[in-house]
Amino acid sequence: MSGEPALKYEKVFGRPESLKDNYTHYCPGCGHSIAHRLVAECIDELGLREKTIGVPPVGCAVLAYNYFNFDMIEAPHGRPLALATGIKRTVPDKFVFTYQGDGDLAAIGTAETIHAANRGERISTVFINNAIYGMTGGQMAPTTLLGQEATTTPGGRDARYHGQPIDISRMLAVCDGVVYIERCSLSGVKQIRSAKRAIKKAFRCQLDDLGFALVELLSPCPTNWKMSPKQAWEWVNKVMVNTYPLGVIKDTTGYED
Amino acid sequence: MITRTIFSGFGGQGVLLMGYVLSHGAMLKGVNVTYFPAYGAEMRGGTANCTVTISDRKIASPVASQPDILVAMNLPSLDKFGPTVVEKGLVFINSSLVNEEPPRDDVEVVKVPTLELANEVGSERAANMVMIGAVCAKSGLLSLKETIEGMKAALKAKEKFFDLNEKGIRRGFDFINQAR
Amino acid sequence: MLGEAAVLAGCRFYAGYPITPQNELPEYLSGRLPQVGGTFIQGESEIASINMIIGATAAGARAMTSSSSPGISLKQEGISYLAGMELPAVIANTMRGGPGLGNIAPSAADYFQATRGGGHGDYRTPVLAPSGCQELAEMTFLAFDIADKYRTPVMILGDGMMGQTMEPVVFPDPIDPKDLPRRDYILDGCKGREPRAIYSMILDINLMYQHNLKLLEKYEQITANETRWDTVGTDGAEIVVVAYGTAARIAESAIEELAGRGPKIGLFRPITLWPFPTKQLRSLSENVSKIAVFEFSAGQMLEDVIMSVGDRAEIYFYGVPGGIVPTPAEVAGFLSSVNSGDGKVGRRIEV
Repeated sequence: MSGEPALKYEKVFGRPESLKDNYTHYCPGCGHSIAHRLVAECIDELGLREKTIGVPPVGCAVLAYNYFNFDMIEAPHGRPLALATGIKRTVPDKFVFTYQGDGDLAAIGTAETIHAANRGERISTVFINNAIYGMTGGQMAPTTLLGQEATTTPGGRDARYHGQPIDISRMLAVCDGVVYIERCSLSGVKQIRSAKRAIKKAFRCQLDDLGFALVELLSPCPTNWKMSPKQAWEWVNKVMVNTYPLGVIKDTTGYED
Repeated sequence: MITRTIFSGFGGQGVLLMGYVLSHGAMLKGVNVTYFPAYGAEMRGGTANCTVTISDRKIASPVASQPDILVAMNLPSLDKFGPTVVEKGLVFINSSLVNEEPPRDDVEVVKVPTLELANEVGSERAANMVMIGAVCAKSGLLSLKETIEGMKAALKAKEKFFDLNEKGIRRGFDFINQAR
Repeated sequence: MLGEAAVLAGCRFYAGYPITPQNELPEYLSGRLPQVGGTFIQGESEIASINMIIGATAAGARAMTSSSSPGISLKQEGISYLAGMELPAVIANTMRGGPGLGNIAPSAADYFQATRGGGHGDYRTPVLAPSGCQELAEMTFLAFDIADKYRTPVMILGDGMMGQTMEPVVFPDPIDPKDLPRRDYILDGCKGREPRAIYSMILDINLMYQHNLKLLEKYEQITANETRWDTVGTDGAEIVVVAYGTAARIAESAIEELAGRGPKIGLFRPITLWPFPTKQLRSLSENVSKIAVFEFSAGQMLEDVIMSVGDRAEIYFYGVPGGIVPTPAEVAGFLSSVNSGDGKVGRRIEV
């Protein structure tokens, strides 16, 4: 043996077990990849992978079952929370979450969203708000900002003509079945760390049988916003947060963060 | 042997319950029976009716072309169903409310003063029980005991009504038997 | 009745939205299912309810929803997904008058919707049409069995008349869900196995093609194995009435009323509306001169009869839409017209 010190390797970063070893189809700069990773990390850290059933939306994340390494089921557009209700009530010892975009959760699925939340279903929801319809090619979302250009709002969204952007998280906060809602963003390192903390907290609400919890993530969509990824982060941080301010919207958990 | 009975009257007169009592009594007796109510909008304030078919053979249609027995608790029921009763059929008329008779002489008419008889046993609310008692006594579809058992089965847990209803049924049987 | 039959058949999950004339079912199950450890949810809509069913069946429960015509229209999206995702479920439809809000009377105007899919996509839904309460109880068991065996939604199709008629019923022996074969595709967490995904979106056209062929093969198997019908007095009959559900019972009484007068009349009653007993009706039609179709609609099953019979026999039709329930005497009038050819009741269908 030589006198050289042996090289010691320590794994400090890797793929969460809850993510499959697949390339995603998401565009460069898209928030979905980051959100997927955060969800997977939280599920790993809470030891939930083998008891998790996830329900993705119709939208860009419809293929999430190709990326998440646990049981998943597709839902018709807007219906994840109704479908998840059926799952959770049938197997209440499993961990059930939905992952939904703004069109899915706040337009076509508004009724299902509100009533599942109001029933206090023991389900956790990750709500991706990118203020645009991604998969169909950039049409107006319920959350599209006033003045924002979409392919169906030529000249920008006009309040009188197209209606106001909807703040579904604030609406849900008045429901008594809801214990925790926080809005975070995926547009910076600090924001991403905060988002992960919020997701984990929302998951804990289900594990502790408290009620319905939702984390809204303001998520960049450079492709349909027609921006570079960097511009998209900046747009979230400077423009989008004015309509959708970050922070806790409701918290009756009693948890100390 | 098949017997089709139509019970008809205002909503609130306990018309459907009479059909229930007859159906349950027949079921407990062990014969085939179907119960078909007219329901929905008609139930809410208008007229209500139901058809009970009893047979020792398999029953095809729960709907009757021509009833063998009509129980008319009000005048519109007599007007509507009176002409449809089979020849030599039985027509029971609630004579507390209806003074008219069907304009035909090929059916047997039985007038039952249900309210007066019900008052004798304690309450007007037993009027429908008096009538079902009279119907079963006259037609022979159910014995007194079978009618009372049918009433108890039809009302299930509502035992507080058993006593009054039984008195009503007995009064209906007595009314027919006294007339004989 | 249907509710108790469902519980006895092992159903442990029901979600539905109130609609007349079938509210007795959810009202019963709201109390009954919790007694057996099951779940009842009054959903916020028919759409939510059918999606709850998707979730429950995916998680392993025998699951059922129910509604009436307008509500079934709303459930069609979910039924299409059940077919695409190959998940078993039972949907009970108590038909009412339509189109639109229609009325709540015993119409049978949703034969097309039930048997032609109703929802989008290349799929079929097995449809059972019992004619009375005893058969309804037995077919509730059968519906769950077919659903599980072929991994498909199954519809029990009744009308408002059946929804309200009461008859004594002897229930089949109860099934304990624990005794049912374990389904190897359900989602219950991936402990000790590879993760599963249940989905209907298949973007690759070749894979979608394969999936459609697989479904087609399943539908052919169902047609071969599950086609059901009943006949009464068709041997030597000159006229055969084709009717389903409660209409068939009224027709049977009409035939009884005419017995001994005129030619012999038989009854052919499809019990599965899809698969329709096409072959059976066809071979029957070769030996009779006239086929008389009676429906509580303006003429829907009639099309399947025409496709089955063709020009092998004369086809006559008597349809009473709107929820009016004809008496056996009125149907007997139709059959007399069929016999005499006077055209007074019903009409001849030229093929």
